[in-house]
Amino acid sequence: MGKILAYIQCANGDPTRNALEAFRAAQLLAADLEYQLSGTVFGAHLPDSVKALKMDQLIHVQSPSLMSYTPELFVAAMDAVMKTESPDIMIAGHTYQVRDWLPRLAGQRNCPMVSDCIGYHIDPELIWVRQVFQGKINADVVTSAEQVIVSFQSGAYRADQLENGNPSIRAMEVDLSQVTLHVRPGEKFQDTKDSIDLSHAERIISVGRGISEEAKLSIIHELAAVLDAELASSRPVVDYGWLEHDRQVGSSGQTVSPKLYLAVGLSGAIQHQVGMKNSGCIVAINKDAHAPIFEIADYGVVADLFEIIPQLTTALAERQKA
Amino acid sequence: MKIFVLIKQVAAQGSVVKIDGDGRWVEETNLVFTANESDNYALEEALLMKEAHGGEVVVCTLGPERARQVVKDALAKGADRAIFFRDDQFADLDSNALGEVFARILREEEFDLILSGLQADDTGEAELGPILAQKLNLPHVTMVVETELPDGVIKVKQELEGGWFRFVEADLPALLTIQSGINQPRYASLKGIMAMKKKEIREITMADLGITAAELSAMQSITRLYIPEKIKETTFIEGSAEEIATKLVDVLSNEAKVI
Repeated sequence: MGKILAYIQCANGDPTRNALEAFRAAQLLAADLEYQLSGTVFGAHLPDSVKALKMDQLIHVQSPSLMSYTPELFVAAMDAVMKTESPDIMIAGHTYQVRDWLPRLAGQRNCPMVSDCIGYHIDPELIWVRQVFQGKINADVVTSAEQVIVSFQSGAYRADQLENGNPSIRAMEVDLSQVTLHVRPGEKFQDTKDSIDLSHAERIISVGRGISEEAKLSIIHELAAVLDAELASSRPVVDYGWLEHDRQVGSSGQTVSPKLYLAVGLSGAIQHQVGMKNSGCIVAINKDAHAPIFEIADYGVVADLFEIIPQLTTALAERQKA
Repeated sequence: MKIFVLIKQVAAQGSVVKIDGDGRWVEETNLVFTANESDNYALEEALLMKEAHGGEVVVCTLGPERARQVVKDALAKGADRAIFFRDDQFADLDSNALGEVFARILREEEFDLILSGLQADDTGEAELGPILAQKLNLPHVTMVVETELPDGVIKVKQELEGGWFRFVEADLPALLTIQSGINQPRYASLKGIMAMKKKEIREITMADLGITAAELSAMQSITRLYIPEKIKETTFIEGSAEEIATKLVDVLSNEAKVI
């Protein structure tokens, strides 16, 4: 019987949302392939919510040195678990932590890692689906190795569809005494300068790199004024220093769900979409008809934003006068 | 301080990419190629470190002949020399194979730091950095947003999810992957462009490294590319700019009722 081993990342005593979503993918895959499913939790604490998930066994690696994340220790610990278990497929959520250590584990085990997957299908061989060109194109990927490591994108599977069960729990001792630490992380912290809270905004105009230069933001400010909207942006715009960092929406910025999200000159890479896809009404203005933002837009305009935005400002101003 | 910067040449951001006839990659004939965005930030960070601490910046890329341009651009910005691994089959190499190629190149060199961007804009795997660090037995830190170089170690600020960060200290030599936005990348000056012409670009091939194609056989490969199915039904609004504006105001106010 084949084996799947899932890493269940925990933070502050609970499994992370992305870890649970990836675990749902693991449950589905185990059912489809009729494989045995094991989960793995690192650190002293084993959350009750994980103990209630449907799987064949839950491996608990208790070592206190795994309480906070260090790449060298996590690689060594999972390598030891995989040596014992010999899974065919190792699954994790594609979090920033996983991005940091799982490729290193793939290098160490000389096995392929298919990262940031959005799904799989069996036809009849196992095919992983991931996005390339920043979400514009999907790719089917096959592997040819005895073992494969796979990470799943945030939101690819639904944690609310997880099946519950009563797994056998196995405490596993892992010897980490031989690991020399060349990376010494400090405590995590939040930058306190965040002052703009976009989470309560009813209307947001979000601007992407299509605005092309800082001076051109003036037409967006004018539109925001008549629309009574807050200004937000994708990552490049704040990287260029055109808007304050705390106006960034996406995986490294804020998560918002306004009534209206007007995306202007913004391609809508997945890192941006995770921060705004639950908005009420999404309108996208972009000259590239293939921009990923159109996949989640309610209304789309394929045109030059510099022609549309001033006209839209005028039309809104006239409506207010009427 | 001797710093290696790995740069990948990719299709420029915002390119309209079309799937090729084979269905396994995109048509490259009409694409504009440029240095991967986060690699560009990595190069700038290396140049800033060299300016502050002295030393050498070596840029390294792998790709077909067109990729030579990204190392020329980097030399024009101030990198001291370049290694161009020329290989037309590079698109078939997976990240483990790429890690092996760069490991062979770097084992012949001495260095304090290897920098690259956090992921490639085309394939988006974010794997090469940690894999290469493993092969070279180096510590690594990904998603770096600040760097500092006290004696003998590197101190960085690492980005975690949702606005969280942490400071990480690593022994040298080390490998870092750089997040976009860490600095303000420079443009090449005319003087830099003239100086570039005298700088060394060492061209190497698989044979020079003593690697055979079999050693680099991919453990993962793309079998098919396709346009994703739409999640939502999008109403597209067409017409002149004025007509579009009028229609948009109408649907936002009467259909969606959000203004």
